[in-house]
Amino acid sequence: MPKTPSPTARKSRKQGRRSPLATISLLAVGLLFTGGAFAAFSTSTASAETPAVVSAASVEDGKKLFQANCASCHGLDLEGTEDAPSLIGVGAAAVDFQVGTGRMPMQAHGPQAPVKPVQFTDDQIKSMAEYVATTAPGPGIPDESLLDGEGDVANGAELFRINCAMCHNVAGAGGALTEGKYAPALTGVAPEHIYEAMVTGPQNMPVFSDANLSPEEKRDVISALKFMEANPSPGGHTLGSLGPVAEGLFLWIFGLGSIVALTVWITARSN
Amino acid sequence: MNTVTAPAEPTTPTPTKKSGGFTATASNYIDERTSISTAVKELGRKIFPDHWSFLLGEVALYSFVIILLSGTFLTFFFQASMAEVHYEGSYVPLKGIEMSAAMASTLDISFDVRGGLLMRQVHHWAALLFVASIGLHMLRIFFTGAFRKPRELNWVIGFVLFILAMAEGFTGYSLPDDLLSGNGLRIIDGMVKGIPVIGTWTSFLLFGGEFPGTDIVGRLYSLHILLLPAIILVLIALHLLFVVVHKHTQFSGPGRTQQNVVGYPILPVYAAKAGGFFFIVFGVVMLIASLFTINPVWNYGPYDPSPVSAGTQPDWYIGFADGVLRLAPSNWDIVLFDHTFSFGILIPLAVVGLFIVLVLIYPFIEGWITGDKREHHILDRPRNAATRTAIGSAGVTFYAVLWAAASSDIIATHFKVTMEGVIHTLQVLLFVGPVLAYFIAKRTCLALQKKDRSIALHGYESGRIVRLPGGEYIEVHEPVDEYERWNLVGHESYQPLMIRPNSRGRITVAQRTRAALSRWFFEDRIDPVTQGELESSHDHH
Repeated sequence: MPKTPSPTARKSRKQGRRSPLATISLLAVGLLFTGGAFAAFSTSTASAETPAVVSAASVEDGKKLFQANCASCHGLDLEGTEDAPSLIGVGAAAVDFQVGTGRMPMQAHGPQAPVKPVQFTDDQIKSMAEYVATTAPGPGIPDESLLDGEGDVANGAELFRINCAMCHNVAGAGGALTEGKYAPALTGVAPEHIYEAMVTGPQNMPVFSDANLSPEEKRDVISALKFMEANPSPGGHTLGSLGPVAEGLFLWIFGLGSIVALTVWITARSN
Repeated sequence: MNTVTAPAEPTTPTPTKKSGGFTATASNYIDERTSISTAVKELGRKIFPDHWSFLLGEVALYSFVIILLSGTFLTFFFQASMAEVHYEGSYVPLKGIEMSAAMASTLDISFDVRGGLLMRQVHHWAALLFVASIGLHMLRIFFTGAFRKPRELNWVIGFVLFILAMAEGFTGYSLPDDLLSGNGLRIIDGMVKGIPVIGTWTSFLLFGGEFPGTDIVGRLYSLHILLLPAIILVLIALHLLFVVVHKHTQFSGPGRTQQNVVGYPILPVYAAKAGGFFFIVFGVVMLIASLFTINPVWNYGPYDPSPVSAGTQPDWYIGFADGVLRLAPSNWDIVLFDHTFSFGILIPLAVVGLFIVLVLIYPFIEGWITGDKREHHILDRPRNAATRTAIGSAGVTFYAVLWAAASSDIIATHFKVTMEGVIHTLQVLLFVGPVLAYFIAKRTCLALQKKDRSIALHGYESGRIVRLPGGEYIEVHEPVDEYERWNLVGHESYQPLMIRPNSRGRITVAQRTRAALSRWFFEDRIDPVTQGELESSHDHH
């Protein structure tokens, strides 16, 4: 279990808002408060997580934010209500994914929470994640080393085709599910959110536990997705990577359309 | 020949320039040995009328030529084998992955053969255009009534070509052995297996054992590059031969009769136009192929029976068959005598089969109903054959609903509606849509006929209001000129057939049916303006 926190990585993500000294002191406080509890409770699913860096102040902030923005549906003690599930044990990863992609807080009840503009700052999201994580153990925010996109692209692409493509489409263009639910497109999604989605299984997505896809394999999947995103299609414009439907529609409208326009031009009388 | 026609010209003694240069000598040489000049004279003076919709079949022909050319290039590099290899080409996300030789060679064509990807895309886009232009060509033939005597057989040949083109497309789609094509074959396999008694055996015969086996790509390849193109070529030749024999149809117009064809001769005008048009079609296909990805097999990866991608669809022309499966209720399995009958597959198969047969034999059905045995070389304006146009619209709607159903999932995600909603709506539309289309089209046609009639009789509303000396206001109607009026009054009007006893004095059931159908066809009609009506209307103005 990579329990050792990596301050450099944290720092690069926090973009230097705190001084290194503050980070170290925060680390110390955080470990003191929660490290023992985490070690006692952590399960195999938590093997890939980096421990959340928790401070009492941050947790307190998170609690306040939670009570102000989330508790009406999820309950004051995360126990859930009729409208929304309990958040006990969902871990920091779930909060970071749901709030970090703008899905939460939900705007309206529907088959699925859509991606929206993010409602909170990074710090606020991290505070809420820490608060949720302190109440019960759960999957944490993944380590930077798993998100670098330097994994085995070929292996990742194969794993993606086997595990993900039936909902998300082979090119990650998204697809339909039942009753108005859908698997969203995966282009432009941040690596940590992809990782968090796999470990937490948000909304209609199944959980891909570490026993199912190891952290290394998850890294490969992310690498494959990022490779596809970074390398434009060698064949030209992809027409949304939607497959033969888009191709057929394009051919009928633009292909045959321009041909018909040309036939009209050719046979036009010169009067 | 030249020496006779131009003897006065002072000829120089140089032998090459004596009789018009190399071309003349060469053509003379060839003509003396093949007598080709009679054929050229005959064909070259063939007249083709000019209308943009008459070029759609040509588009199909040219796409086919493009497909042959690009396909030949592809055969140089494609390996129709399902032997397992590890991909070692230059596309990183598939490096080291196990796949069939067919898939690996397709990737090599895409990434390692110079110009290979462009040729693949040209081939595939041209194939889509081929079937699409055949479809549009067929619609033109249908709605203008160009399938009537003497062209019924040519309609059948053309429709068989359409089916064969779909078969060509499907076999080609299945060749790369990627995930998408494998999924498509799996659906075919499932459909075949759903046929009672012979299904399982047929599937084993087709795939050489349990799906997917190791034979299917090689077999499809033989069909795709040998058998099907050969049949298509022969049928195209026959199709064109019939066009020459029957002469081309034309729209009605002053000076155009059932006995003549008004247009340009093949040589030189039409040949130049058509030749140029080939390059235009080629150019459009090239442009599309070089700018837009089609069938990115590298995304789909090698076929593996376990994964299925979201958004898996066949190419557009097989879409209607996919759609009918999607629209069939999934719980139609009935167990009888220890055998499962999958009516969710059998009924769609029957529906599609029936639809295809009806389209195939439509000319004969209509010919029988109308009892019209005359030859027709003048095309109908769709509005003047209201019932046919309505039937066609219903057929197009039926097809379009099936077609849309094939993309039910894409419609659901892109219009943010539920998949069940899309499917249920289309299920209802499949039955209601054609009926609605029928009546809307028929009423629209009749209304247009009425409008034509009133324009022929009273001319256009000019929008000019004139006050007469007596104080009366009238709007001035401008009469149509004679050329235009021809188009408005030139069509024929049919009347329902009368029931008549046959030679034995009996009225058969067939005759009753025929009379009923004929009444359905022609009961609602607007008679074209007669000479008398026209003259009396002129007296008024």
